[in-house]
Amino acid sequence: MVGIVGYGTYIPRHRIKVEAIAKVWGADAPSYERGLLLKEKSVPTPDQDTITMSVEAAKNALRRAQIDPSEIGAVYVGSESHPYAVKPSGTVLAEAIGATPEVHCADFEFACKAGTEGMFVCIGLVQAGLIRYGLGVGADTSQGAPGDALEYSAAAGAAAFIFGDDKVVAEVEETYAYMTDTPDFWRREHQFYPEHGGRFTGEPAYFKHIMGAARGIMAKANATAADFTYVIFHQPNGKFPQRVGKMLGFTKTQIEPGWLSPTLGNTYSGSSPMGLASTLDIAKAGDRILLVSYGSGAGSDAFIFRVTERIDEVRDVAPRTRDQLDNNKVYIDYGTYAKFRGKIRKAT
Amino acid sequence: MRDVAVIGVGMAKWGELWDKALRDVFVETALLAIDDAGVDHIDSMYVGCMSSGLFVGQEHLASLLADYLGIAPVPAARVETACASGGLAFRQGWMEVALGQSDIVLVSGIEKMTDVTGDGATYALGTAADQEYEGYHGITFPGLYAMMARRHMHDYGTTREQLAQVAVKNHRHGAMNPLAQFPFEVTIDQVKSSVMIADPLRILDCSPITDGAAAVVICPLDRAKTLGDKPPVKMVGSGHATDTIALHARPDITWLSATERAAEAAYKMAGVKPDQIDLAEVHDCFTIAEICVTEALGFVDRGKGGQAVESGFTALGGTIPVNTSGGLKSKGHPVGATGVAQIVELTKQLRGDAGDRQVEGARVGLAQNMGGSGGSTLVHILEAT
Repeated sequence: MVGIVGYGTYIPRHRIKVEAIAKVWGADAPSYERGLLLKEKSVPTPDQDTITMSVEAAKNALRRAQIDPSEIGAVYVGSESHPYAVKPSGTVLAEAIGATPEVHCADFEFACKAGTEGMFVCIGLVQAGLIRYGLGVGADTSQGAPGDALEYSAAAGAAAFIFGDDKVVAEVEETYAYMTDTPDFWRREHQFYPEHGGRFTGEPAYFKHIMGAARGIMAKANATAADFTYVIFHQPNGKFPQRVGKMLGFTKTQIEPGWLSPTLGNTYSGSSPMGLASTLDIAKAGDRILLVSYGSGAGSDAFIFRVTERIDEVRDVAPRTRDQLDNNKVYIDYGTYAKFRGKIRKAT
Repeated sequence: MRDVAVIGVGMAKWGELWDKALRDVFVETALLAIDDAGVDHIDSMYVGCMSSGLFVGQEHLASLLADYLGIAPVPAARVETACASGGLAFRQGWMEVALGQSDIVLVSGIEKMTDVTGDGATYALGTAADQEYEGYHGITFPGLYAMMARRHMHDYGTTREQLAQVAVKNHRHGAMNPLAQFPFEVTIDQVKSSVMIADPLRILDCSPITDGAAAVVICPLDRAKTLGDKPPVKMVGSGHATDTIALHARPDITWLSATERAAEAAYKMAGVKPDQIDLAEVHDCFTIAEICVTEALGFVDRGKGGQAVESGFTALGGTIPVNTSGGLKSKGHPVGATGVAQIVELTKQLRGDAGDRQVEGARVGLAQNMGGSGGSTLVHILEAT
């Protein structure tokens, strides 16, 4: 049965606290901390981007998969911050991990859903017998405009998943997708920062699609919330995944292991895949996991996984997500953050 | 001049109406009013709207709405005096019927405010202030009303609690209005600890951004008796006055002189005094506004507006219940619609149709609708028949 063969994540070391951002803009930090359950977010340094983070995450996935990288037949990178507008991220990643040249590459873009798209396609290709292994990555170094609500959450991180039908650590039991034309968040060509529809990004966008996909896949699998050990939803902030989980009948215990956003922020394409990786880090054989992503524009991909016994062999051969999140942190001030993110530039 | 009556009212649920276009919101509401009136045609229509241009990029509004309602080629006009546009539409409609120019007139108000971002809405609303002397210095309406509040607190000892009590009272009323945007109660502590907007005003001191419309059908009183099956409500007093748009140009920034003057005219025409008013719908765009308005309307002495809300004078069950609909605070504030929605609430109350929030024995009701920080004000007095 097709499933996850290896998984890995990467989180940059640097962090900025919500309080440090709010102070600069004269904003009310408690309304972000309490209202959106956001404390701090990860920040990439100037030498890190979607490609470098994808490479780090993919290497961790390979460590767990314990396969020959040349057997990877597809490399898909999902991101809304591909370093190049024209020129693929996937080829750089494939070259770096030794998957070239007999490999199919494509870059995906669908706001925060691009990561699970690559995973979705890999599952299909493996199942069809077209490839032996497929690598799907979700990675972003997303930007919010200075002072905009998004600046408090837009973070950096990557998650990589290798799919195949042997050496499986989590079988794919079901997939489902739910899409509509809903313009809640966008960035046009040549725009540096995205725009969003404010409160419109909530009810008719995030909640409608996550609920649609979650209910759809549960109906397809004839399952209820109680049938899952864990659940991961896309995490644009700390609050939304908690709220949508409650609305769908899930408990905090089911959500907790994959709930990274309060101290990670929103890693966009990396967000829900990183939550899945963090959940696999503590999962046991037989656990059933529901993953529901969300991308503006808008749509959700949903997956049901069942963890196998192989999880115990691979769990600790690469860094755990929660360890990367909680340890070895470097806090920076807003000035350093603004420099790192290209919000200010040195005179030449 | 002919006597004029309200014979039909219409209002649908207010809120963030993201699945409806401006024209849909209008048609739905206008049809409710036409059905309520039981009329088979409309002779003319007015629509009050502050800024469809900035909110949805649509001008030439009245013809568009008349077309979509299916009443073209009747005359249709949009009127604007910022947040008092709805009140002005009602006054224009009344004049047209009173003067014998038309018999059955549809008066509506509308605003679709959530199709732009928060900043876009703040900018559009800000154009109701004096752009050269206020807007260019960066002030927005919460800032202007915050200065009024500070001065009122300084001059009259009005307290932070009293400001909060306005929000608590109007939400208590609004919780009984299923069409309100926020039909739930709030506590004084919730108001006092909500997010700071412009000191001393917090988010729960401010009316929200809302999509919505309201409509009424009016006709000559003598025809009202043969049309429809609901008791007509008579229009007995109308007043309209202006003041400086710029707050700083007024001798006393806590005194709403346009409200005082519009009320004087309406009281005189109706032949009533403030103590004969059974209930009022007033323009509580911010909690401080209701306090200042109750003073300018003569319901209480100058400087006593804070005490009036604290003592329950303006609550349902009090001497003059104010904002039984929930007011702008709880019901919502689609700016152009607000003045007409006030007439809708008074009509329901004077018909005895206001449900749980009915003011017992209500005979005379007053509506006060103002633009900007009080640069324009409409006051209307209605009476049960």
